[in-house]
Amino acid sequence: MNNKNNAPLLWFTELNLKDVPLVGGKGASLGEMTQAGMPIPEGFVVSTTAFTKWLDQLDTKHEIRARISSLAHDDLANIAAETMAIRELMINTPISLELNEALTEAYIKMGDGTPVAVRSSATSEDSEEASFAGLQDTYLWVEGLPALLEKVRACWASLYSPESVSYRRRLNLPEDQLAMAVVVQSMVNSRCSGVMFTRSPTSGDRSVITIEGSYGLGSAIVSGEVTPDRYALNKVTFEFKSRQVAEKSVEHVPGQGGVIELVVNGPRNKEACMSDEEILSLARLGKQVEKHYGSPQDIEWAIDQDGNLRLLQSRPETVWASKEQAPIATEAVSAFDHIYALMGGKQS
Amino acid sequence: MNTKLNPFPMPSSIPPVEGAENWSSMYPYFTQVEEADDKRFWFYNSMHFSEPMSAFDMITAEAAYHAMGAVVTRVFAFPTGKGIDYRCINGRIYITANVASDPAEIEERLKLFRERAGHYYANWTSIYANWQVRMRKLIKDMDAVELPALGDYEDEIVIKEARGIAQNHQLRKAWHQTMELYAQMWHHHFEMLMLGYGAYVVFFQFCKKAFPEIADQTVARMVAGIDVLMFRPDDELKKLARLAVELNLDDCFRVDGDPKKVLGAVASKGDAGAKWLASLEESRDPWFNISIGDGFYHFERSWNDDLTVPLSALPHYIELVRAGDSLERPTEKLRHERQNIIDEYRSLLSSDEERAAFDQMLSVSHLVFPYVEDHKFFCEHWLTTRFFNKVREFGDLFVRFGVIDKQEDIFHLHHTEIDTTIGNIMNSWAAGSPPARPNYWKPIILERRRMLKVLREWSAPPAIGPMPSNIEDPALQMLWGITTETLNGWASASLEDNDQEVQGYAASPGIVEGTARVLRSINDFGEIQEGDILVCPITHPSWGPLFSKISAAVSDIGGTMSHMAIVAREYGMPAVVGTGDATKKIKSGQRLRVDGDTGVVTILE
Repeated sequence: MNNKNNAPLLWFTELNLKDVPLVGGKGASLGEMTQAGMPIPEGFVVSTTAFTKWLDQLDTKHEIRARISSLAHDDLANIAAETMAIRELMINTPISLELNEALTEAYIKMGDGTPVAVRSSATSEDSEEASFAGLQDTYLWVEGLPALLEKVRACWASLYSPESVSYRRRLNLPEDQLAMAVVVQSMVNSRCSGVMFTRSPTSGDRSVITIEGSYGLGSAIVSGEVTPDRYALNKVTFEFKSRQVAEKSVEHVPGQGGVIELVVNGPRNKEACMSDEEILSLARLGKQVEKHYGSPQDIEWAIDQDGNLRLLQSRPETVWASKEQAPIATEAVSAFDHIYALMGGKQS
Repeated sequence: MNTKLNPFPMPSSIPPVEGAENWSSMYPYFTQVEEADDKRFWFYNSMHFSEPMSAFDMITAEAAYHAMGAVVTRVFAFPTGKGIDYRCINGRIYITANVASDPAEIEERLKLFRERAGHYYANWTSIYANWQVRMRKLIKDMDAVELPALGDYEDEIVIKEARGIAQNHQLRKAWHQTMELYAQMWHHHFEMLMLGYGAYVVFFQFCKKAFPEIADQTVARMVAGIDVLMFRPDDELKKLARLAVELNLDDCFRVDGDPKKVLGAVASKGDAGAKWLASLEESRDPWFNISIGDGFYHFERSWNDDLTVPLSALPHYIELVRAGDSLERPTEKLRHERQNIIDEYRSLLSSDEERAAFDQMLSVSHLVFPYVEDHKFFCEHWLTTRFFNKVREFGDLFVRFGVIDKQEDIFHLHHTEIDTTIGNIMNSWAAGSPPARPNYWKPIILERRRMLKVLREWSAPPAIGPMPSNIEDPALQMLWGITTETLNGWASASLEDNDQEVQGYAASPGIVEGTARVLRSINDFGEIQEGDILVCPITHPSWGPLFSKISAAVSDIGGTMSHMAIVAREYGMPAVVGTGDATKKIKSGQRLRVDGDTGVVTILE
């Protein structure tokens, strides 16, 4: 395994959940699902090893990191000044020859010119990983090697955005153990895409799957720029519980230099963006992912122009999972005691 | 009460239907509304009493509520629930449920309930077995009630055995016995039913808490039995269809309608015909003792009384058998599906503690459910249709003595009026003279017939009296499909009416589009075309054969445990029940979309 630990770059097919320290939560989860046979678009992760090597090269004496460690979380002026310096350094310093070669080889293997998504994948194990990760950048529809190299460095640099640093300082997270992986994943030119919760986001009901979908790339939904179609299904029987087809005013599609927003015209804007069959396959896939992980999931998905279903990401649902709940009822001495309790106006 | 806030009329303010001003003369004084009733909230029990009551049929409400209230209030002392008060308005039955609210009283009742209900729960299976024996005896006794011949002279044996009681006395005894056996049936009916509901409600509420969005129909599916008596008459019919094909008797059933012609055609087929007829006889007793209704009206005859309904279902079944369909219910598959749903829900619970409670509650539900599902066959169908037939024998006697014109006229007399009239006949036979005032009832019956016709057109408000802020009564929800939401729906229905949409209870999943066929009675069976969407007030077990032809079902009345809901789920077709007014809004021939997932029926054209 020494080899894996030193590798600057790891394919999804070689990764699983144990690899979080190497490739971050997102990268490890994509590897885990790929290995479980889920329809994950292919890709690889630039490992934390690569990041650390590079950062050590930039900050040989750990001076930058020491200076950041000493900043107060609300000293925004100094945070801004320090982070700007290190970000400029990161963006202007070429990456190592070793990593450059590995990235070039991998990208050509995926198909030179393939549009990819470049996302940061944090390694922090604390419970606020979701919000932490949310502070790092994502670049969609990145085409060509030069752009890829630039975005990988931009992801790394995003670790030193004022918000990110201020956040780490507030939580007093050690700068020395900080590392970031970068996921590079083949992009789905999606006809529609969206999110799926394998429990009800409104009631926490674990027998419900909720799916939200809209035209084009998922960024329109994630950024809240469109009201998606919304479906709820029974996770046990796969019966529809509700269908709300919304008016979807815009969609994100690939365009010059990344993603552009287009207006969706009528009547298409009022039509359901996917078929019942597609919704059902998606729900079944969601149930499978939940079963694999053993807990309710928050999933990003896409359907490509040919109608193929793809999962882009899955993470544990956190809102309801964190609510401690007393059991609704526990075993009674006699099964009939439950009846006496209810009929007597008490709960068992 | 602010009338603006209260959308429902006050009981005492409801005027008599024009042309039937004298309706209340048909019913006992204590069933009628007084001003004090305006303080309580009542709803129209359209599920059981979808038509105005004839004077005699009022017994189906009287006897049922006497028994139900006794069981809940006095026999088992349900801690918080008491009996039902009922009122008759313009011939329709409105009910309200009484509750115990004093904590000390509830405590006292709970103590009794634990002992008494506990005895039944602990011995459920053996009590139910014995219950069936008691019911069969009751039915046998009902059949055995003998009306005296009232011929010219007393039977010789009365003299030889020196019995000393003449047979006109036996007439009154026979009448009282008939009424007595019927009333006993209702006591038996509720003896175990309320306990059964109680057990189910516990499981139901647990599921609602554990899975806040679970559909009622899904809870029902985990509990519902597979070998349910309700399916049996239809299964017998399918068996007869298979036999007809096997014996090559198909042609006999192409004769339209008339049972005499059909059976005559079968009888002419020699040994094969005889074999089929023998099999029919076997099926008839007891399985054709099934009412075409729900057992609350005298005019709902059984299959045995009128073979038209079962025989007219046969051609379609025979066709299906010929086409290679075995018509066997896939019981193993159904069992497997049910277990699968149970297992998956169980696994979604958050802890082993909850799973243990779930197992206990489900096991009690499974214990009581055979009774909940099967009692109706014995009570509302088998015994009740025999009861009405026994009353018809008295009708014949009344005709013979000239106090009424036709057998069926007797159903326009209240049972107490029949009792007094029996006195008239007893004396007529004894005095050796015609009955006194033989024409007393005839104009009254004529007038009552006329009034019932007028009352039938009345659009009864679904609820009356001050609207409660909420009614989270799981029994109401399960039986009648009534929730706070339903009330709000009723309340707003008077304000804004959407003509293109009917909202009901999602009872069986799926979405189907098709042609509407509005049926008010199973006797209109012939109108149904393959693939139609059935729209009707309510369905009963004898409507079973219809479900092999239709693509979806919609009813005015019923909850998730109603007949339509259960059968539709079994056939895997969408159903929306308890819409309130689907049969009024929808016309035969219209294109509909039935959404059994959300409970919405849309009129497309």
